[in-house]
This record gives sequence, C-alpha cells and structure tokens, in this order.
Amino acid sequence: MDALTLHRLQFAFTVTYHYLFPQLTMGLALLIVILKTIALRKADERYDVAARFWARIFAINFLLGVVTGIPMEFQFGTNWSVFSRLTGGVIGQPLAMEGVFSFFLESAFLGLFLFGEKRLSRRAHWGSAFLVFLGSWISGFFIIVTDAWMQHPVAYQVLPNGSYELASFWGLLMNPWAWLQYAHTMCGAVVTAAFVVAAVGAFYVLEDRDADSGRIFLKIGVIAGAIACIAQIFPTGDLHGKYMARHQPVAIAAMEGLFHTAKGAPIVLIGQPDFDAQKIDNPLAVNNVLSFLIYGTTEAEVKGLDQFPQDQWPSTLPLLFYSYHIMAGLGTYFVVLMAAAALLLWRGKLFSSRWVLWLLMLSFPLPYIANTAGWMTAEIGRQPWLVYGLLRTSEGYSMQIGAGTTLFSLLGFLGMYSFLSILWILLVYRTIQQGPEAVGAHAGSGHGLTTA
Amino acid sequence: MGTLWFWIVAAMLAAYVVLDGFDLGVGALLIFVARTDGERQLALKAIGPVWDGNEVWLLAAGGTLFFAFPLLYASAFSGFYMPLMIVLWLLILRGLAIELRMHTQDTLWRSFWDSVLFLSSSLLAIIFGAALANVIRGVPIGADGFFYLPLWTDWRTGLNPGILDWYTAIGGAMALAALALHGALYLALKTTGAVEARAWNTARRLWPIVTAGTLLSIPATVVARPSSLDNYLGHPATILAPLGVAVALAALVVFLRRRDAFAAFLASCGYLAAMLCGAAAGLYPTLLPSTSSAAMDITVQSAMTGSHSLSVGLVWWSLGTMLALFYFGVVYWLFRGKVSESSGSYGH
Ligand code: HDD
Ligand code: HEM
Ligand code: HEM
Repeated sequence: MDALTLHRLQFAFTVTYHYLFPQLTMGLALLIVILKTIALRKADERYDVAARFWARIFAINFLLGVVTGIPMEFQFGTNWSVFSRLTGGVIGQPLAMEGVFSFFLESAFLGLFLFGEKRLSRRAHWGSAFLVFLGSWISGFFIIVTDAWMQHPVAYQVLPNGSYELASFWGLLMNPWAWLQYAHTMCGAVVTAAFVVAAVGAFYVLEDRDADSGRIFLKIGVIAGAIACIAQIFPTGDLHGKYMARHQPVAIAAMEGLFHTAKGAPIVLIGQPDFDAQKIDNPLAVNNVLSFLIYGTTEAEVKGLDQFPQDQWPSTLPLLFYSYHIMAGLGTYFVVLMAAAALLLWRGKLFSSRWVLWLLMLSFPLPYIANTAGWMTAEIGRQPWLVYGLLRTSEGYSMQIGAGTTLFSLLGFLGMYSFLSILWILLVYRTIQQGPEAVGAHAGSGHGLTTA
Repeated sequence: MGTLWFWIVAAMLAAYVVLDGFDLGVGALLIFVARTDGERQLALKAIGPVWDGNEVWLLAAGGTLFFAFPLLYASAFSGFYMPLMIVLWLLILRGLAIELRMHTQDTLWRSFWDSVLFLSSSLLAIIFGAALANVIRGVPIGADGFFYLPLWTDWRTGLNPGILDWYTAIGGAMALAALALHGALYLALKTTGAVEARAWNTARRLWPIVTAGTLLSIPATVVARPSSLDNYLGHPATILAPLGVAVALAALVVFLRRRDAFAAFLASCGYLAAMLCGAAAGLYPTLLPSTSSAAMDITVQSAMTGSHSLSVGLVWWSLGTMLALFYFGVVYWLFRGKVSESSGSYGH
C-alpha cells in the first residue's frame, strides 16, 4: 500500500474508533440529566439509583473517549501536515475552542459529578451533571464545525502564501452545513444512548432482577429513543440530504447509485452497484421518490454520475453506496421498533411483551453501526476532496513520512485499540452484572474518574 | 500580535508542564516511594481527580498552536512523527493505568497497572525533555518548510541530527529528574505517613542532581546551538529567566530543609516555569530553528495565520482561559489538604 492509503486508513480507523465513545458520552449525558431532573422534582430515590448506575458506565466510556481523542488532536499535524498548514488558520480555530471551552469544563465537572454527591447539595449536584452534559455537547459542536468546513468551506480568504485564513468568525460558526450536521449527529448520539439504556433495562426485566431500575431504563430509553429516531430522519436527515444535493450533487448521486440523470428519478431501496457496468444489480426501486425527496416534486430532474467528470467521483463508490443504505435502512428499522415499543409502553404492556424486549435487548449494537455508516457516508462522499472543491486528499497528506513508518503506526493503533476494546467490554459487562442496586445504592466515594 | 500569541502558547505549555508534570513525576516515582498496595492507592488518590484536567492543557496548547501558527504545527508534528506516535500510545497507557488501577480490586491487575504507570510516566518525561531539546537545538528544515527526523543517527548534533543525540539525551534525563522532584514534592504536600517520609527523602536526593543538570545544560546548549546566546546578549531583560531559575533552586534547598512542602512545591513550579521561559526567550522570534541555515528557520512571522483569526482568537481565548482558571480553582480548592488512606470521599 502507498503512504497516502495508509495515512487515510490510519486516520479513518482512529477517528471511527474514537467516535464509538463520544456518541454514547453525549447521548448518555443528556439522559443522565433527565434522570437527575426527575429525581430532583419527584424526590424519588429510584431515579437517583438509576443516575448513579449510568454515571458509572459513563465514566468508563468517558475515559476511553479521552484516551482515544488525544491522538485525533495530534493526527491533523502528524498525518495531514500539508492540509494543516494550509487550513490551520480556519479549522484550528474551532479545534482550539473545543479544548478551551469544553474539555476543561468536562474534565473539571465530571470529577465533581462523580464524587461530589455527598458534599454538594442536590441542586449543585444536578448542576454538575448539567455542566458535564453542556461540555460534551459543546465539544460535539466545535468538532462538527471543523468537519462541516471541510465538507462545505465558507467564510475563508486566501493569503498570499496560498494558505487559508478566516474571513469571518461568525460565518464559520454559522455555516448552515454545520448546524444541519450537528442536529443530525446529536440525534444519532441520543439514539445510541437510548438503545443502550433500553437494552440494559430489557435485560433486567427479562432476567427478572433489579426490576425497578429495569423498568425505569426501559421507560426513559424508549421515550427518548422514539423521539430521537423520528427526528433523525425527519427533519434532520431529510434537510441534510436536501442541502447536500445542492452543494455536493456528485456525492448524492453516488450514495443513491444514480448513474444516469433522470426526471422522476427512482430511489433504490436495495441493490448491488456494479460500477464497471454502471448499473445496479437486482434493484428494488420505487419510481419518482428520489426526485420527490430532494426537490419536493415527483417530476424534478436529478443529476446522475454521468453529469460529472470521473475524476470528481468519490473514490470508493461501492462502500459509499452501502454505508448510506445501511444507515438509512437501520434508521427505518429504529423508527418501527421504537414506535412499537412506545405504543406498548403507553398501553402499559411493554414490560410483559417479551418479544419486543428481546428485540430491544439485541438491537443495541445497531445504532453504533448506523452512526459509523453515517460518518463513512459523509467522509467517503467528500472524496476525492479533503476540503471540498479546494484541496484534494492526495495533496494534503504528510508527504515526507514513508509508507513503512505509517504502516508501523497503523499497526500500533490496531494493537492498542484491540486491547482497549477488551478492557471496555470487561468493565461495562461487570458493571451491568453487578446491577444498579449494587452500584447505585450509595452516593459515590472514590478518587479516580472511574471508581465510585 | 504574533509575539503575543508566541507567549500565550509558551504559557500554556508551561502550565501543562507545571500541572501534568507532577502527575508524571508521581507516576515515575510510584514504585519507589509507595511500596504496599495501600500506599500506592494513597499516592494515586493524590492525582486521581486532577490528572485529566491537567492533561487538557496539552490539548488546548496543541489546538492553540495549530490555530495561531499552522505552519509550525504542521511541520513540527509531522517531522517528529515517530516520537509523537509513541507519546500518544504512552498517554493512552498512562490514563488507563491511573483509572483502572483504582477500578479493580484484583492485586495482580493492580501490580500490572502500577508497572504500566511507572513505565509510561517515566518515558513521557524523558521524551518531553528530549523534544524540548530538539526544538532548542534545531532540526533540518528544508526549503518546503518540512523536515523528517529519524529516531537516531550517530548521536552527534550538527547538520543532520537524529531525535536522540547526546544533547537531547541530556534534555530527557534532566526532564525526568526535574519532574520526579516536582512529583516528590507534590506527594510530600498531599500524603502522610510512609509515603510522605519517602517523598521527602527522594526530593532531597534529587535536588543536587537537578541543580547539576541545570548547570550542565548551559554549556551544553551553547555547544549545540551557539546562537542561542544572541538573545541573552542583546536583550538584558531576558536575563530574568536564568535568574529566576537560580532563585527557585536556592529557595528549594531552603524549603527542603524547613520541610515546608507547600513552599517547596511552589518553588519547583517556579523552577519549571523559569526554565521554559528561558528556553522561549532564547528562541524568540524563532519558533523552530533550522540546522541548515537561519533563512529556513520557522519564525513567528512566517508561521502565523492572518490577523483576523488572531484578533478574534484573543477574545474567546481570554474568556475561555478565565473560565478554565475558575474551574481549576474550584477543583483544587475542593481537593485541598492531604489525602488519607481511610477516607474514601472526594477531598479530605
Ligand atoms: C443512529 C444513527 C443514524 C441514523 C439512523 C441515520 N443517520 Fe444519517 N448520519 C448519521 C447518523 C444516522 C451521522 C453519524 O450523524 C452522520 C454522519 C455525518 C453527519 O453529519 O451525520 C449522518 C450523515 C447523513 C447524511 C450526510 C452525509 C454527508 O454529509 O455526506 C445524510 C444525507 C443522512 N445522514 C441522511 C439520513 C437519512 C435520510 C436517514 C434515515 C433514513 C439517516 N440519515 C439515518
Ligand atoms: C468531526 C470531525 C471529523 C473530522 C474533522 C474528520 C476529518 C477527516 C480527515 C482529515 C480525513 C482524512 C482525509 C480523507 O481521507 O479525506 C477523514 C477521513 C475519514 N473519516 Fe473523518 N473526520 C471527522 C469525523 C469522522 C468520524 C466521526 C468518522 C467515523 C465514525 C469518520 C470517518 C472517516 C472515514 C471512514 C474516513 C476515510 C475516508 C476515505 O479516505 O475514503 N470521520 N476524516
Ligand atoms: C463527530 C466527531 C467527534 C465528536 C462528536 C467528538 C466528541 C467528543 C466528546 C464529547 C469528547 C469527550 C470525551 C468522551 O466523549 O468520552 C471527546 C473527547 C475528545 N475528542 Fe472527540 N469527537 C469527535 C471527533 C474528534 C476529532 C476528529 C478529534 C480531533 C481533533 C477529537 C478530539 C478529541 C480529544 C482530544 C478528546 C479528549 C478530551 C478530554 O481530555 O476531555 N475528537 N470528543
């Protein structure tokens, strides 16, 4: 493999792995605030127990998010040095703000939240949970601003030495792409957390242990999940897609597998793109729908890949097609499952509907897959550009670093992260086995981030 | 404007060294000053609630460097590729070791994490020292502004040095000694009993080593990069930095004798900050000197981004840093006083 491919693989692997943790961090932070709010308003101890249990899992997950996040901050410079040199004046800004505004906030108040329950008043403890939530959502915002600028560069100007400088600070923060992407990504994070919380709840109810907590988890998970799953598709996913069609029409055509421009373009629900023959095998398609989704009328013309020079096509088309379809397919399944569960909950039958509980318990890995597939869609769809329309991926990497060195570091990350995965599974599994009654019975005491 | 950001980044790095420095020092000393499981738990309690926040100074400094001096960030981070990757892996291991050691009751796991913490903290201290020495000595920057350093060549400085040569090895050793001293004083301040007693002994033994190293570093730097004296000869005010180093070392010996842990720890903070200040004052306005020719040095002027970025940056940076200092105040205040073996709660 050449050095460029290895740099891409290393960055893609480390960021994809990193994002497994923040998605739960951000979603769970919101759910914990909700649990704490109910506990405070109803003065109900069971909700405090639930919040403490999830705080423990949150802490383990946060630790992994932190240690895998540090490499990300460095890898812009180590692996994408030409890109960093040219665009640092723009994207360095949100990245630095993320550190200054959110990482300090999170790291300071997480400690208070985890160990301060005995020393702080109930309100102050709620406040520390809220600040942790705020910190993680601010962090998500700044990183999305960074990514959105790469997808849709705005508010920049070119300096005499060819590098980009910020022309308008507000322009950068108010990039419409960033807000659409932020809304959609945050929904995705809540979906992950809701599925995880509901799955653990279903597990306790099915096993008939810790049943009080199990029911609370199911209730919170299903209600938050149903809302977030719907918002994931409409309006956030829908608007995101429409905006993309305007600004990255090649990427949309490739995601949808639309080789030829068409009026009343069909949407392919399932199919296997064959890029040499430029057609979809075994398509299951519905006519006119794509035109309608993008332009709001069934008649509109949608540009196919044939409208664009081949050197602007995303470089790994099949992967793009599949990741997009996996995301959207899973999204549809999530809505169906969560809506059914919410209906049963409302009718008071959820806790005895064993088959739905089984589905909820087994489905928790799927939002991770959907979120990862979503990012792969966004990032592969951006290819061959590193910064859309401005800088090609093949021109942005650290050219003085050889393939041998990069392969070595990639293998190092693979090994290190395999070890992390095993640790994470062991720790979370043990916490779930101990159960909320054992973990959450007493207000926390301990000293590190993860002890309680 | 560039000058201001130069000092801002330098100050953030100094904050990182002073704060995370004692975490690293505690890690490097852990297996010597704390012998039993309970003692080690105690030593870790002293850094448990603060290490993560301290580490954020590194991230924030990195981000600020990226945004204010993109050229420097890009060249330096890619040029030091291998050592940085190693730093990343060590930082991962260090964080896991601190947290997971406290998370498990199993003695076998605990001794495993203790060794990991010891190894990762010591190596990080050495690498950070060597990295600073690399920056002072200079690197072979090419006409395109990039460079690539092999890990080692023939151990000599000169046109094409490696990351490790005799000069940077001294830098690494010195950093290890200085941060170990810093960590020992922090433990003396925060712990009681056997750990405290051993921490005092270690600190007393480390002081002469650090002082000797500091004295040695002056001629060594002049040999490795003769022009580092220029600023000192040209600008008398810069002499304040070495003066600060001398005062801090003298104060240390006094406070060590008086067993005044708080004052000694502050003196050690002052020592580290003055050393870094001295290095920065010797470099300015160069950010990263080139070993091949002064024309290829990366300077404040050549590396800084446009003025709009830098001026808006100043607004949010001041605001954000004030908030951060406030959080640190809250956390350190709640965590004031000594940690004790029995009490499990946050704080006393
Ligand atoms: C639980 C996760 C999840 C689910 C169920 C969905 N998405 Fe999504 N999607 C994401 C999680 C996600 C994400 C991880 O949040 C992405 C990646 C980058 C981004 O901004 O959001 C994303 C990106 C993303 C993009 C932009 C790709 C780009 O920027 O190039 C579009 C057009 C959609 N999504 C559309 C949809 C539609 C129409 C869905 C429903 C049927 C859908 N998503 C379900
Ligand atoms: C929001 C912050 C993010 C930024 C700034 C970012 C930036 C980048 C950069 C610089 C590259 C390398 C250049 C390239 O190949 O285009 C890249 C590639 C990639 N990233 Fe992201 N990324 C972000 C988030 C994510 C997340 C969360 C994921 C996955 C869960 C992801 C998945 C990928 C993939 C799969 C690639 C490889 C694409 C390819 O090379 O074909 N990214 N991204
Ligand atoms: C969509 C993409 C990303 C999101 C939403 C995100 C969000 C977060 C959040 C919420 C945290 C807090 C800790 C945790 O989650 O467990 C975190 C940690 C971190 N992230 Fe990411 N991140 C993303 C991608 C990246 C990228 C591309 C970088 C590189 C600059 C990065 C750098 C970091 C760092 C350095 C930390 C550790 C912070 C600490 O010590 O508290 N992240 N991220």
